[in-house]
Amino acid sequence: MNLAIRDIRYHLGRFILTSIGLGLLLGVVMSMGGIYRGLFADALTILTITKADIWVVQQNTNGPFAENSRIPEDIKYRIKAVPGVAEASPLSFQTIQIDRMDKPLRFFLIGYDLNGFGGPPVILAGRNIRQKHYEMVVAKGMNMAIGEKIRLGLHDYTVVGITSKVVSSSGDPAAFVTLADAQDIQFKKDNDAIRNDRERIGANLSSIQALSPSQAEFLQQNIARITESTHTVNTVVARLAPDANLQEVQERISRWNHFRPISVEEQTRILTKGMIEKARMQLGLFRIILLVISAVIISLIIYTSTLDKIKVIATLKLIGSQNRVIVAMILQQSLLMGILAYGIGYVLILLTYEKFPRRIVLEPFDLQMLFVIVVAICVISSFVGIRKALKVEPAEALGG
Amino acid sequence: MDKSMYAIEVEKLTKIYGKGETAVTAIADATFQVKPGELVAILGPSGSGKTTLLTAIGLINEPTHGKVVIDGAVVADEGWTPGFDLKRMRREKLGFIFQAHNLIPFLSAIENVMVALEINHLSRSEAKSRAVELLTSLNLAHRLNNFPSALSGGEAQRVAIARALANKPKVILADEPTAALDTENGKNVMALLKKLAVENHSAILVVTHDHRMVEGFDRIFQVSDGRITGES
Repeated sequence: MNLAIRDIRYHLGRFILTSIGLGLLLGVVMSMGGIYRGLFADALTILTITKADIWVVQQNTNGPFAENSRIPEDIKYRIKAVPGVAEASPLSFQTIQIDRMDKPLRFFLIGYDLNGFGGPPVILAGRNIRQKHYEMVVAKGMNMAIGEKIRLGLHDYTVVGITSKVVSSSGDPAAFVTLADAQDIQFKKDNDAIRNDRERIGANLSSIQALSPSQAEFLQQNIARITESTHTVNTVVARLAPDANLQEVQERISRWNHFRPISVEEQTRILTKGMIEKARMQLGLFRIILLVISAVIISLIIYTSTLDKIKVIATLKLIGSQNRVIVAMILQQSLLMGILAYGIGYVLILLTYEKFPRRIVLEPFDLQMLFVIVVAICVISSFVGIRKALKVEPAEALGG
Repeated sequence: MDKSMYAIEVEKLTKIYGKGETAVTAIADATFQVKPGELVAILGPSGSGKTTLLTAIGLINEPTHGKVVIDGAVVADEGWTPGFDLKRMRREKLGFIFQAHNLIPFLSAIENVMVALEINHLSRSEAKSRAVELLTSLNLAHRLNNFPSALSGGEAQRVAIARALANKPKVILADEPTAALDTENGKNVMALLKKLAVENHSAILVVTHDHRMVEGFDRIFQVSDGRITGES
């Protein structure tokens, strides 16, 4: 006869409620693990969808995801010409926050060359960008409809397609526009700003006595053209030919002034170690704390449940029950509670993880490890109850 | 009668709690024998040492001095007999009936009886048929699947008696078995114990403070201040 099952059957409501409570806690532990994996996946999403071998960024910087990197767009031609490079494409990144339907909408705008790569990885609805201007493809997470217009910078952009769950390293959903549009949004000044800049340049030049009025006017026009240029990008990504040597290509680009070629491995390290390490540690700490809390709760539940059964245990001992019968009853209850709570937590996360604002990635390995930890916690936690039970004297069954 | 023919033999049994100046003698020099099929009461006021005597015979409380023999086996002689399996002895030879029935609340009536049998290594089916047989004989056939909370005091005590009888013990020890019952139910339980003592050929030792409940007992030992002061 399984006494643990019989006790649970008798106190079913209490057992289920306790397991639900514990399950919610384990659900939080699972979600923490999922958020950590999600952070990792988010951080690498753009790196993954771009499928580039080298990221050429501004010298002495760690690239567009870690800090500001600005390089001229036309460097793509030089990169393309490097032996071993199969293709190169400029990319522009910018985090934008606008008001949409009276709510803030924050997203990561990616500008890409329509003739290059680095655009939307897949089109789930609508179509890809076909025109050079004013069209955009947005990630599913932006919850926008095809045909919807939003104003970015000086122009309105129409959503023509929906792509998959592409997000920035900070978890903001991504939107894609052409490189020209992205540069306009990022760098193009409005007319008043342009007029002010031109007047300031003109005033500065006119104060130079050595210049004749015609020289000053010529310089004013040319300097203004340079300052008003939007042909700047954050990075140029390159894919190598199948037989190319990554190190050789990197060395060759490194010899140029002002540029730094970062391999995918380096970029991955920058993103994961540099940017999400603290978040990872924080989440890890939370998980440990929650597991300790779970262990304490299970211990307390098992201990109080053992205290409730002191007379039962004493009676069992008095009628000659072996200790293993009593130990099995406590241990099995603890394990059943832990396993049920784990199941409840798992179902809860399975039903809700798509609704989390940030990506939750449930890795089978993490879930299996957590299951093993929960089982271990149940076994360890039941020790306090078992210890108490083994100390109960059969004589305690006597008396009123 | 040969000594080994006794179900219970107690010789100069003494139990002292504490040491030195704080030592309290709960029972001193108790000597008696109980034959199989005999119904014996130990009658005495609260604190007289009767429960101490019962727990020593029930292999729960180690005697300080003296000898205890159960069904011919010397279980204690100036302390427990070294290497003796007391649990096994309790399981196989002794049956206990408590003041407050002590049924396991999360087991039904039949399961409460079955648990004692399964602990004694009976198979599930054997345990079930024996439990049904016992409970039916105690007029509880209609209560097999009821939990103790749904039983009346008398019914619960009869289930407890069935559990005590489950393993056909040589000795049944009852600690104030009628204390939680009204007079009528108490008398019914005592009558049942008397019937069982004869039918099962078990020695039944009942500890009680209520002299009204010991009518028809084979022998009654009076206990006072830790000593057996009389036998009737």
